[in-house]
Amino acid sequence: MNALEWIAAILLIAGALFFFAGTVGMLRFPDAFSRLHALTKVDNLGLGLLVLGLALQSGSLAIALKLLLIWVLAIVAAATGAYLVANGASRRP
Amino acid sequence: MVNLYLVFDLLLALTLMWVGWRTLTSPDLFRGVVLFIAFGVLMTLAWVRLEAPDVAMAEAAIGAGLTGALLLDALADLRARRSHQDIEVSRLAAVSVITLALAGVLSWVMLTLPAQHASMHAPVTQPPNASGITNPVTLVLLVYRAYDTLLEMAVLLLAVIGARALHDEAPVGRAAPQYDLLAPAARVLLPAILLVAAYLLWAGATRPGGAFQAGAVLGAAGVLLRLAGLLPSPATYRRWMQMGLVSGFMVFLLVGVLVIFAGLPWLGYPATHTKALILLVETGLTLSIGMSLLSLFMSVPEQRSPSTHARASAS
Repeated sequence: MNALEWIAAILLIAGALFFFAGTVGMLRFPDAFSRLHALTKVDNLGLGLLVLGLALQSGSLAIALKLLLIWVLAIVAAATGAYLVANGASRRP
Repeated sequence: MVNLYLVFDLLLALTLMWVGWRTLTSPDLFRGVVLFIAFGVLMTLAWVRLEAPDVAMAEAAIGAGLTGALLLDALADLRARRSHQDIEVSRLAAVSVITLALAGVLSWVMLTLPAQHASMHAPVTQPPNASGITNPVTLVLLVYRAYDTLLEMAVLLLAVIGARALHDEAPVGRAAPQYDLLAPAARVLLPAILLVAAYLLWAGATRPGGAFQAGAVLGAAGVLLRLAGLLPSPATYRRWMQMGLVSGFMVFLLVGVLVIFAGLPWLGYPATHTKALILLVETGLTLSIGMSLLSLFMSVPEQRSPSTHARASAS
């Protein structure tokens, strides 16, 4: 494995760890807000690390840009979704 | 070394069955709907593993996304009116008997069909070069099994007409903007969603994609706009929506009939214009499927508080 592959592998593993931590957080945290807190880390940083790792592995600029676009779209959707869930949870008596 | 793919597939299959079981047996309806959406996502993964990206896309967009949204919406309405709704047992029994009888007849028809093992594999994987269509799924749907797809569109149209007849659009066209962030997010995402729909439609000729996936994405865009309160009152665009609903079936039928005058068989495409005609049909299908899904979503009344509902049913 050359240096690029090592970096990609480390990024992918770090991303997977974020997904794992986020999932544990969602299962273990007591209320909706702290669960959201755990999940947004997964969407932003976890997916970001995975995308970076996969982009390095792809070896193609076009694919790397598409992966980046997926990350940006997922962030927009995740931010909106987190806001909606939090809003709904705060309205609930 | 143990094959890691096999481990993953087995895990996926077991999780699918477990989530499916939990979906059906969950006493809490909301939990059931959420589990159903999770089931759709896992099912998408299963289709990817089966190397059927076309089905995976349709499953993600329709199975998990739009059906989930529909079920959540129906659930909210169900909760709002639960105390007013009594299902008559006699009616339930009658409907059950009719549906079971129909299912029995259809099963009998299927079982008595002569056994045929017509394989589409050879013609689909070695397509005629003139058509310009290389995606085998699109070839099957629009060339070799065009009649089936046409009838499918007719069934979809009938289903939407039935749903609309049962429930008119909600009287309030513009949903009260309940959430400040949804409308701006919808505005940001809308161009990207429409671009994806157009790309899927175009890509269907040579790569995974096509009218069903593009239509589902289009329908999702409509649902998003509807939820964000960005759609105007349905009265202003009812005519357009109706035209969109029938466009797929009409364009398909028109193309299928017009080729007869060129001396071709019914639904046979002329060799020189196959791709253009298929793209035309697929554009109609995309519009129709998008409108159908949006229309099903719109015929569910908007969320109302129990008090307004009580007043509406009391008057």
